[in-house]
Amino acid sequence: MAIWPEERAAAAGALDTVDMTVNVGPQHPATHGVFRMVLTVDGELVVDCEPYIGYLHRGLEKLSENADYRQAMGWWDRTDYLAGLCCEGAYVMAVEKLAGIEVPERAEYIRVLMMELSRINSHFMFLGAFGADVGSFGTSFTYAWRERERIYDLIEEVAGDRMFPTYFRIGGVTMDLPENFESRCRWVLGSIRQGLEDLDGLLTGNEVFVERCLGLTPVTPGQAIAWGFTGPMLRATGLPWDIRKAEPYSVYPQLDFEIPVGRQGDVFDRFHVRLAECYQSARIIEQCLDALPAGRVLAPKLPKTLRINEGELYFPTEGTKGEYGVYLMARGGAQPYRAKLRSPSFCNLSALRELVVGSYLADAIVILGSLDIVLGEVDK
Amino acid sequence: MFGEAFFGLSWLDAIIRTVIIVLLMTVVVVYLTYGERKVIARFQMRLGPTRTGPAGLLQGVADALKLLVKEDVRPRNADRWVFEFAPYLTFIPVFLVLIALPFARDWGVRNLALGMFFVFAVLGLNIVGVLMAGLGSGNKYALLGGVRAAAQMISYEIPLVVALLAVAMVAGTLDLNAIVGMQDERPFVLVQPLAFVIFFMAVLSELHRAPFDIPVAESEIVGGYFVEYSGIRWSMFQLAEYAALWAFSIFGAAIFLGGWQFPFGLEWGWGWQLALTFIKSLLMITLVFWVRATLPRLRMDQLMSFCWKVLIEVSFALLLVNGLFLYYDWPEALLAAANWAGAIALLSAIYLRAARKPATKNLVGTYKHAETPSGEAATP
Repeated sequence: MAIWPEERAAAAGALDTVDMTVNVGPQHPATHGVFRMVLTVDGELVVDCEPYIGYLHRGLEKLSENADYRQAMGWWDRTDYLAGLCCEGAYVMAVEKLAGIEVPERAEYIRVLMMELSRINSHFMFLGAFGADVGSFGTSFTYAWRERERIYDLIEEVAGDRMFPTYFRIGGVTMDLPENFESRCRWVLGSIRQGLEDLDGLLTGNEVFVERCLGLTPVTPGQAIAWGFTGPMLRATGLPWDIRKAEPYSVYPQLDFEIPVGRQGDVFDRFHVRLAECYQSARIIEQCLDALPAGRVLAPKLPKTLRINEGELYFPTEGTKGEYGVYLMARGGAQPYRAKLRSPSFCNLSALRELVVGSYLADAIVILGSLDIVLGEVDK
Repeated sequence: MFGEAFFGLSWLDAIIRTVIIVLLMTVVVVYLTYGERKVIARFQMRLGPTRTGPAGLLQGVADALKLLVKEDVRPRNADRWVFEFAPYLTFIPVFLVLIALPFARDWGVRNLALGMFFVFAVLGLNIVGVLMAGLGSGNKYALLGGVRAAAQMISYEIPLVVALLAVAMVAGTLDLNAIVGMQDERPFVLVQPLAFVIFFMAVLSELHRAPFDIPVAESEIVGGYFVEYSGIRWSMFQLAEYAALWAFSIFGAAIFLGGWQFPFGLEWGWGWQLALTFIKSLLMITLVFWVRATLPRLRMDQLMSFCWKVLIEVSFALLLVNGLFLYYDWPEALLAAANWAGAIALLSAIYLRAARKPATKNLVGTYKHAETPSGEAATP
């Protein structure tokens, strides 16, 4: 696919051509936030790509090191802001593991349920926005938005907030589920499945979409591992690696689900894997609803101020974009000595140049879209 | 009533007819933008404009007024005269097309004996304004858009013209009024469906409509050649775009759908003929909107190869088949059957090509630890 300078020169013959730089972002409809890339193009062909990040840096790690373990939660919500509950879940579970706090089983199930709802929510955002990247005039976006609104409504009913609920607590969750939650949740799941089928029909059943995406920038498992891909980006290459199975946490071992994998790691597979993952998440939520045990949702006798003496850990979780790992180091006191986030979007984004160079300008947008980055997580 | 000149003066007659057409076009364009927003909103489960006037009917007027009072910005590095004249040069050819279109029996601005030829010739000029806008704006997005538009419009004019020539062969004339008059028993779309399909695709491309909206690709080059325009000049581009849509739909309605002819040769007066022209052109326009709401965008090279490798071949084959049928005087029913077969084959080939993608339900893999399907050495 890639065409290198010598070949280009040969193709141009005696013509003297000049490469042109095109600035994409930070304000651009295709950059999904404040990401900037400077593309060097030879006509329509991208010959170089220079990404610039940091427009959304808020100093998450430093802030967390200067706050109480509980106070920091709200900032972790705002990393992968499309799936706030997955992020706060990762942070909360890391702190609990470090402090050795037991969580009631009901709370664990509620957490998994809410995290999977968030995952579907985030994936729907991708499915809709990716359709727009490929050029659909917002129809995929509104299809996805219908389901997202329903999920957000459900999250609001449970947690009181939509995007950044700060619903989890160290030791459980804030409050129990509302009374009619089960029936509401099952209704939303039905709607999600319908929405997935609609999106599947609208996009993957469409020749224009297939033509654009199939076979675009295939990635081998070896390359994916070398670039540090995780999550759907890695699974699209055909490697069934999912932290929920590989290093299980919470109640995932008790739940039955499968890992969708792609065939060749191209843009189409990345899209398709995320689509298929939503069905699996819906399955997980249904099992959680069936198996939801009775009991309390917050561990008893939690200390008023959480102090952790000595210790450090790296706690990987399967975030929506990949391996969302929380590193915490405690040296006594109510604040972590060091907090670090291994953000999957950042690692996936780091391969952008390799993927984009040699493709067409229009494909550069599609490839960037297929990485499914969230700038809150890239810039921390 | 409209057959003879107004007041018996040909120059006054020309002025009056032109004024009528310009006013009509302005009103139509204002309501086409409104109609497009409403129609696409329904496709996307939205409401569209509702606030300005009853059911948002005054939205177009409000938009037009806003554009009139907006500041007309000219970038410092724009080429002044090229930049300022480009909108008018895009608009004028579209307006000239309206001169030749038959709105009712014997009524248009002028009834040209070579009407179809005139429409081709004039529409070819459209590209000058677009290229000027792209080159004169001093903007790289605009430059890309302008160059893309030039390549695309020149390429797609060939299948457009050849497909219409095939119809002209069957009709035996280039006079648009005569072509409409011939369709009193059956519209040409029933006889020449393949020509209609090619015509429709080529028109989508000529109008920069999805899935061929590559020159204005909003998610890549954010508007393309008119990205630097604002206020009244930008509205000239909009006016040209929608006027071209309307002109092409009346043109297509006249050639393929029987224009002002009632089905089965019924004659209910010129008011009905006018209404019929509008209804048929609205059918075409709705089809364009429908396509825009559904399809993503092709890539530039795919667009070109679709034109040069598929559409041009098919249109020349159509020309050949039509020629054979006319030369040997074979029955028209057989000609229609051959055409239908061609049209169905072309469309189903495009539709069935999408089936080469994997089905979503086949994507589910089960987890096996540290195993790569391709046998590559990889230990995650």
